[in-house]
Amino acid sequence: MFKALFHILIFPGLLFLFIFGLFGEYLDRKLYARFQNRVGPPWFQPLADFIKLISKEEIIPEEADVTVFKLMPILAIVASAVAILYIPIWREQAVFSFNGDVIVVLYLLTIPTFTYFLGGWYSRSVYSMIGAVRSLTQLFAYEVPLFLCILASALLADTWSLSGMVTFYSRHLGYWFCNIIGFGVALICLLGKLEKVPFDIPEAETEVVAGSFTEYSGKLLAFIRTSFNIEMIVGSSLLAAVFLPFGLNLPRAVVFPLYLIQVLFIIIVVSFMRSLFARLRLDQMISFCWKFLAPLAFLQVLLNLILKVVLPR
Amino acid sequence: MHDSHDFKDVKIPIGPQHPALKEPESFLISLRGEKITAASVRLGYNHRGIEKACEERTYTQGLYLIERICGICSHSHSTCFIQAVEEIAGIEIPARAKYLRTLIAELERIHSHLLWLGVAGHEIGFDTLLMYTWRDREVVMDLLAKLTGNRVHYSINTLGGVRRDISSKQKEEILKGMDILEERTKYYIDLAKNETTLLKRLQGVGILSHEDAKSLGAVGPTGRASGIARDVRKDDPYAAYAELDFKVISVNSCDVYGRTLVRLGELMESFSLVRQVISKIPDGPISVKVPRKIPAGQATSRYEAPRGEDLHYVRANGTEKPDRVKVRAPTLANIQSVSKMLEDRYLADMPIVIAAIDPCFSCTDRLISIRDTRSKEKNTVVWETIRVKGIEWYKDQGIDFASLNKKLSKRLHF
Repeated sequence: MFKALFHILIFPGLLFLFIFGLFGEYLDRKLYARFQNRVGPPWFQPLADFIKLISKEEIIPEEADVTVFKLMPILAIVASAVAILYIPIWREQAVFSFNGDVIVVLYLLTIPTFTYFLGGWYSRSVYSMIGAVRSLTQLFAYEVPLFLCILASALLADTWSLSGMVTFYSRHLGYWFCNIIGFGVALICLLGKLEKVPFDIPEAETEVVAGSFTEYSGKLLAFIRTSFNIEMIVGSSLLAAVFLPFGLNLPRAVVFPLYLIQVLFIIIVVSFMRSLFARLRLDQMISFCWKFLAPLAFLQVLLNLILKVVLPR
Repeated sequence: MHDSHDFKDVKIPIGPQHPALKEPESFLISLRGEKITAASVRLGYNHRGIEKACEERTYTQGLYLIERICGICSHSHSTCFIQAVEEIAGIEIPARAKYLRTLIAELERIHSHLLWLGVAGHEIGFDTLLMYTWRDREVVMDLLAKLTGNRVHYSINTLGGVRRDISSKQKEEILKGMDILEERTKYYIDLAKNETTLLKRLQGVGILSHEDAKSLGAVGPTGRASGIARDVRKDDPYAAYAELDFKVISVNSCDVYGRTLVRLGELMESFSLVRQVISKIPDGPISVKVPRKIPAGQATSRYEAPRGEDLHYVRANGTEKPDRVKVRAPTLANIQSVSKMLEDRYLADMPIVIAAIDPCFSCTDRLISIRDTRSKEKNTVVWETIRVKGIEWYKDQGIDFASLNKKLSKRLHF
């Protein structure tokens, strides 16, 4: 009982995710600034922003549905925080695992996007509603390739549990290389999931102000930003577990720092990519996802089906 | 595709306050999904009554006020105004002053085009481009600050010439700055031609055909990107442009991408113009004396501002104050074409299409009409009412100009 509570609230649950998320946000912002030849924020800036937002007044639009409006940011945090319990991060076994937990994790990671949609839709402002529809449209574009890539990796490992996949890949280290296409595609899809350039269409500042979050302020905005940070960490952890399964059979003192490095590496790649490109239009984004990412993901599935037969186990 | 009867267009207001706009202006956009079905522009949020205020001031005072029409093309407006005044007064300014005005004008064009490139980058979500160009823009801003003493409102013009001369050391600094900027601009040209996401967002967006550009009267880079190779510097040379060698950049692609290429090309021409000015600048005085009272008469002056043709009309009545000043900023000529460019585009194209004419709304607003939405009455306020209201307002704040003037005149006379 206490052990479960510890896992949910402290490690690897909410507290760890919150602190690591703040650090991830700092790293992302600092690197983004350095790539652009700016100084960037000091290390405590994300925490300072959080405290500032928490202490600020909360304004809820008169037209908005108060319950949904208030509930959604919290639901977003909860959904992504629960997902981490099924992702093996510091040993081959996750906190909880069962055969089929890959599907559950992917499903849990979809919930935040839905909460952003509902929160935006029920705030009843034109900008929020357009942003909400955009985030949902975008979801249909990147979700399929992302799922396919992770499922392709599961196919090769012949298990539907993340812990099983990690065990398989850390025992057969060479097989990691087979999923390299999937890793690339999943990284690009992660940009869409985290709504970062070139896929920051739902919150394109110059078009729809802040998209779904236009009407959010104070504590609720702080929760939304936290949920994005947590989503970034959980998404990166998922990719790290599936596509970078190195050294998980080493001693625990080595594995945990290794996990942190893997997640930070993915964050670095994300912030590098977002300083390289201009924002795409929604139609361009969708056609890019369906014309390039989805076929590549299918290729990965096909490849893994063949490899499964050919390669020795 | 025909939509069902209960599916209405969504009307979204872009402005008067919106992150895409750097100045208050109102665009009302009807959307069907992501597509724009109609767009209307409403001007008038920035009216400051500058034209009228000029009539209350002497020519020299008016010059500094005119300069404040715009923060980016401040030299354009002040030069355009002063050319008209000098024409009425029948004054020929010294050759060195002409060259110095040209020098500042071209440096201003460089800073304005670099600023535009950054803004365009921001509008399409390419913030790295914004940060890079604005960093490079500091080079030319620093040069302007060294030459004139100010970064934004240079105030280099004065009646009958310019206010400051340049030294040979400053000439070297300018040439060095031009070398740096030329290299950077070559990089941006390369970027504009090769960066895929940039091309995707700019090409084929905001089409303004050659015929439309002509009939809507587009000027400056907006017109030149639609194949109208008009440039006041070439067609009706002022200052020292007749003695300098440069090309008028124009392309025929008619889209936002073309407007980007025109501005980048003009940057390269400006670097060459600045170098020519530095090498050809003659020695001599920098200003001539002009009487305080300008003889009666009228004149129109044209000037190629970074955004297009700027036009000033001045009527003098023989006193030290102008009788009438009229300003037509380039944005007023270009704003008409925005609704045309937005036809059948996506919402995502709206910011860059508006930004592509390089709008300067506070330059443009010459008129305001206040309408009471309840009684539907138009209310026109005359100058005298505003004057009285202003005096009353300051009295309420504890400032009485009448007594201040009395005190001041006492001190001057005794």
